[in-house]
Amino acid sequence: METPTLGPDELLFILKGLMWTLILAAIGFGGGIPFGLGVALARTAERRWLRWTATGWIALFQGTPLLLQLFVFFYGFALFGLRIPPWAAVAIALTAHASAFLGEIWRGAIQAVSKGQTEAAHALGLHYGSRMRDIVLPQAFRLSLPATIGFLVQLLKGTSLAAIVGFIELTRSGQIVSNSVFRPLLVFGIVGALYFALCWPLSLWGGRIERRLALGVR
Amino acid sequence: MSVDLDFGVVLARWPELVWGTLGTIGLALGGMALALVIGVLGVAVRRSGNAFGRAVVIAFVELIRNTPFLVQIFFIFFALPLAGIRLNPTVTAILALGLNGGAYAIEIIRGGVESIPRGQTEAGLALGLHPGEVFRLIILKPALRAVFPSLASQFVMLTLTTSIATSIAAYELTSVARRIDGDTFQSFEVYFLITGIYLMVAWLMMVLFAGVARLAFAYPTR
Repeated sequence: METPTLGPDELLFILKGLMWTLILAAIGFGGGIPFGLGVALARTAERRWLRWTATGWIALFQGTPLLLQLFVFFYGFALFGLRIPPWAAVAIALTAHASAFLGEIWRGAIQAVSKGQTEAAHALGLHYGSRMRDIVLPQAFRLSLPATIGFLVQLLKGTSLAAIVGFIELTRSGQIVSNSVFRPLLVFGIVGALYFALCWPLSLWGGRIERRLALGVR
Repeated sequence: MSVDLDFGVVLARWPELVWGTLGTIGLALGGMALALVIGVLGVAVRRSGNAFGRAVVIAFVELIRNTPFLVQIFFIFFALPLAGIRLNPTVTAILALGLNGGAYAIEIIRGGVESIPRGQTEAGLALGLHPGEVFRLIILKPALRAVFPSLASQFVMLTLTTSIATSIAAYELTSVARRIDGDTFQSFEVYFLITGIYLMVAWLMMVLFAGVARLAFAYPTR
């Protein structure tokens, strides 16, 4: 029997997995932005029930493993009779996960904007919408950038857990190729290098912004 | 639309769930201990002035922090036998968790160490302490105290990460859950239940860390 080797077909298969990793991360992060903003605003709202709901949502996602969140969403949809493709279940789970983490990061940033800013906006007679949109959120966005980029890196790495649910993204495609060519170290080395090539520039970028912000502190 | 939930068959397997939970706690504690050792050693090497050692530590930290744990654990799982080292999956998982957590611990502890004013080191040397004693008593302990909250939340994260060790069939809660799922087909019920158990374990770890902080770092600072 001919032993399969790591050829162009296998590399192409891994690159296809990489594409799915990027799609999952893009959906999770893209969906996490509006929902995370909602969580952050609820978490800093005046109404107590809004604050408590947001606090509970954040605690739930930060206190349980992402892998189990994927499992619960994955089987939860089936339980409620919703027939959705596996990639959609994973994407929805990642979005919910991202909304909690981004919500907590942005909560911190909103509260880090000096209180005088909100009070001044109040004094000028601005209503809540304008106060947030024009005064607080732009400043909070700047402050939150390093942590937000850090979470994007975490989410990119987190998409690998979709492999355990059986979805063929980068890590799962590596597993499949590794099983067929019997070169686990070479294959997982390539897979690891691809993740590194995605994450490292983001990490460096986040670190640079963090240092610049630290210099700007009055 | 009706939803049939049957937790009965899952709950009937409670002894396995208890052992799985203990396995998870064991993996977490083992991983944390190793991560702490790697963290302190890494910081010591980074500060030692040895350019080669410094480069190795920086490369290790960047490599670990920018690749998924799942890929790391697979790599270690397949690399060890090729290096002639035979470990069971659970010990392999502790090793992987310790290496992963260690990289984050190095970064966190380094931040704490850099926050200690130089004058404090000089005062220690002036009092006639060994450089080793200065590092251990005057730099490391206050540094650990300063970064303890970050370290604690990183270790809670490590506790949750133990679930990924199921990918190499280590003995822990998620592996137990997958076996029960395979036997009973009550997938949602079993994963929902153990998600709750993880929440409790994470909470338990936070209580544990609060206790450690009170015991180890309760000395007055001024």
